[in-house]
Amino acid sequence: MIQRNGRTGEPIDLSIDCAGIRSPNPFWLASGPPANSSGQVMRAFDMGWGGAVWKTLGDPITNTASRYGAIPYQGRNVAGLNNIELITDRPLEVNLKEIAEVKKKYPNHAVVVSLMVETKDEWRDIIKRCEDTGCDGFELNFGCPHGMCERGMGSAVGQEPKVLEEIAGWVMEFASIPVLVKLTPNITDVLYPAMAAQRGGVDGVSLVNTFKSVIGIDHDTLSPIPSVGGEGTSGGYCGPAIKPIALHMVTRLGKAPEFHLPISGVGGVQSWEDALDFLLLGASSIQVCTAAMHYGFKIVDDMILGLEEWMREKGYSRIDEFVGKALPNYKEWGDLNLNFKIVAEIDPGTCIECQLCYAACEDGAHQCIELPKGTRVPRVIEEECVGCNLCQIVCPVEGCITMVERDTGLPRESWNERVAKGTAGAGSLH
Amino acid sequence: MALAADRLETLLPDHKPALTTAQARAEAGRCLFCHDAPCIAACPTGIDIPLFIKQIHSNNVLGAARTILEANALGHSCARVCPVEVLCVGDCVYNVKGEPPIMIGRLQRYATDPAVHGGIQFFEAGSSTGRSVACVGGGPASIACAHELVRMGHRAVVYERNPWRGGLNTDGVAPYKMQAEESLKEVEYLSAIGIEWRLDTAVGDDVTWDDLEAEYDAVFLGLGLGTDSGLGIPGEDLPGVWGATRLIRAIKTGAGSLPDPASLGAAVVVGGGNTAIDAARELSLLGVPEVMVAYRRDQDAMPAYLHERGHAVEEGVRFVFRTLPLSFEGDRRVEAVRLTALDHDLEPTGEPYTVPADIVALAIGQARLIDLLDQVDKLDHDWGRVIVDPDTGQTSNPKYWAGGDLANGGEEVVNAAAEGKRAAYGIDGWLRENGGR
Ligand SMILES: Cc1cc2nc3c(=O)[nH]c(=O)nc-3n(C[C@H](O)[C@H](O)[C@H](O)COP(=O)(O)OP(=O)(O)OC[C@H]3O[C@@H](n4cnc5c(N)ncnc54)[C@H](O)[C@@H]3O)c2cc1C
Ligand SMILES: Cc1cc2nc3c(=O)[nH]c(=O)nc-3n(C[C@H](O)[C@H](O)[C@H](O)COP(=O)(O)O)c2cc1C
Ligand code: SF4
Repeated sequence: MIQRNGRTGEPIDLSIDCAGIRSPNPFWLASGPPANSSGQVMRAFDMGWGGAVWKTLGDPITNTASRYGAIPYQGRNVAGLNNIELITDRPLEVNLKEIAEVKKKYPNHAVVVSLMVETKDEWRDIIKRCEDTGCDGFELNFGCPHGMCERGMGSAVGQEPKVLEEIAGWVMEFASIPVLVKLTPNITDVLYPAMAAQRGGVDGVSLVNTFKSVIGIDHDTLSPIPSVGGEGTSGGYCGPAIKPIALHMVTRLGKAPEFHLPISGVGGVQSWEDALDFLLLGASSIQVCTAAMHYGFKIVDDMILGLEEWMREKGYSRIDEFVGKALPNYKEWGDLNLNFKIVAEIDPGTCIECQLCYAACEDGAHQCIELPKGTRVPRVIEEECVGCNLCQIVCPVEGCITMVERDTGLPRESWNERVAKGTAGAGSLH
Repeated sequence: MALAADRLETLLPDHKPALTTAQARAEAGRCLFCHDAPCIAACPTGIDIPLFIKQIHSNNVLGAARTILEANALGHSCARVCPVEVLCVGDCVYNVKGEPPIMIGRLQRYATDPAVHGGIQFFEAGSSTGRSVACVGGGPASIACAHELVRMGHRAVVYERNPWRGGLNTDGVAPYKMQAEESLKEVEYLSAIGIEWRLDTAVGDDVTWDDLEAEYDAVFLGLGLGTDSGLGIPGEDLPGVWGATRLIRAIKTGAGSLPDPASLGAAVVVGGGNTAIDAARELSLLGVPEVMVAYRRDQDAMPAYLHERGHAVEEGVRFVFRTLPLSFEGDRRVEAVRLTALDHDLEPTGEPYTVPADIVALAIGQARLIDLLDQVDKLDHDWGRVIVDPDTGQTSNPKYWAGGDLANGGEEVVNAAAEGKRAAYGIDGWLRENGGR
């Protein structure tokens, strides 16, 4: 028979160890609908996923219909997804039986069980029963921002560092396998709950869970979306739109000297490029929910092949060689070099004469682009240009506007250095 | 062999030029990443199209090329020459949605261009098995077969009677889809992993089948079809009366003494298949003011693709149906064609008439290689179409495999690529089981 696509190339080792949980590659299904049953998880493993965080177990709940709303953007159906789904609605025994079945068939894949219960006794009981399945770790769902928090669980715990620390402590008392705490982003500074988790003694953190959100209103029925019979509520926002905020939170923990637990990165991962951002900022495994919901499990092909190709190109053979590699280049604003100068340059050869850069700079920036007579091609007034790169962002032609470096002849100097020298408030430098 | 620098094909620019990065990214962004995608099923080589498009979209262009070439070694030329309108693109779900389908061929080209032009290899010769295979005929079928065999560790030697490599991919496909040079670049790229070539070597004449059987563990037949068929009517020998594939070869390679078409007044192309349309379009685009295609049946019976006929009409080619040439007229070279109309039973009707023609192309089919095939022991064929096992490509003579036009009766490059690869797997399996010699 004709062979379909295989994968070839130099051997690249994608395997990872995140907080003591090992998997053949860093891509895990996040706790959510794609990791709801053994049928799904086994199919996902067959198609290349390295691990799965099982849909959160606890007291089975009743869900609403509908549950999801999405923000489309420029022809894409899901720029952001909002859900009001709760934890598993399947009986605990069924889930446990299926987890054991998956683990038996896939001993080398990571099966992490997400948990959310209330009392200390319930935690003891569910941990014991889960460990009997042979699962590789736990993820404590302290992040769900809807439905469960009203019952004193999910983000209600994640937003209360003291409670979080106490429950984490119970879990560590009972558990003999690695434990991750899944953090809610619905707080002002993610370091507080993260430190509480660390004090509680857990092995690592996963972040982020979903952002509390209202996706919009149906302008005919006036119901919030998603609509449950004409009414709606706030849900959890996820998908591509949240990635930058999730990345910020991962970076916050990666940069905090007092925090040193491994991180599983979650939030808006759609492609290998998104995953790489998380890895470079310190995450040692990647979780994906919305992309698997939108495109199915096959989406992992692009993630694996793309990551391998990038590693080959850059000469890496293992993931841990570059986890956190971008963190040293992340600086506090006050440490950035104020004497670094770039200016915009417009290539008249590729300019299509839309003048969007002119409008952006004239109305939205610093009035440094002019329209010379007799041509529609705008011109940068270099002496005025502050190097904000708004014009480059709005230019529809790739490579037409470039930001070029200008040597100021001045040494590197940051705001903090100016403050130290006492020259900071002076307005102009020299 | 270097191609003639002044060959006419260089006058015909690409009809589907390369996409820019911005265009490719925008188009790739439109792909829906369908489940069980119909485009994959429509590709004879089963390229994972949604995956390679996703890879383009996620800035992994080389990865996209790897995905394509893993499934189809000739993916670089297929991107240009495949009739995508009736293959992958024809089955894109956007057609159902009533929106323009994804430009799969052009995205495929966007992915493979950097790899092939930059000589970036994804595959290498497997560790040697000590076995060797002769691939006879240097077209897409043999090249796909040889490439796969070399990857498996077998030695593959391609025999080609022409001084150039690539078969019809080099000397047959329409220049505005792909010029000969591009095909040669692809062959060069694919051969670099270790395919050996014996050019200017016609098997049956310069080398016998016995020679091959003695030297090799297996033989793959990728001979394609024979020379252009004739009508057997008066005047066929006049200079200016060309077989269509010979005419196209002259345009593509500079071989043969073709007058400058721009100096001619009128052309008549006889036939109704894709070769007829190609010959007509090429003559018209090269500057022949009056190009007429004469087909002996009704319009609806025409085997040529509708989209190709559409382009021909747009370019000013005129079609006459139920029309048959009776003779070619002229003193020292062809000057006119005598034609008759046919009735519904395809019998001549009405008065024969004459149209001027400075050049004639006969595109009524290619001969079968019956004599050549009969030289091979116990090789079953159906009037020159070699019969093969549909799973392995093996023929009735267990040492012989076949694929491409010779076995499928004349399809596309992508079919030849798929069948060449199929045979490589068949040969590999057989060599493992039978220990060869
Ligand atoms: C005019 C024309 C236009 C076409 N356009 C397209 C197109 O746009 N897209 C597309 O997909 N397909 C097109 N096709 C079809 C396509 O070219 C063929 O399907 C494809 O090339 C078949 O590959 P092959 O390897 O089987 O045969 P070929 O390409 O015909 O190669 C066979 C080779 O074997 C050599 N050979 C023959 N006998 C011997 C011998 N005894 N010893 C040594 N060598 C020998 C021949 O010289 C030739 O090079 C076109 C065909 C024609 C005729
Ligand atoms: C429908 C839906 C259900 C979810 N259910 C859970 C859950 O049961 N437990 C949990 O920890 N996170 C749950 N999540 C959050 C995801 O695991 C993930 O943290 C979040 O969606 C961000 O990742 P993404 O952008 O890849 O989707 C759910 C998300 C969605 C969309
Ligand atoms: S090989 Fe041809 S049919 Fe297959 S995907 Fe490419 S263009 Fe389409």
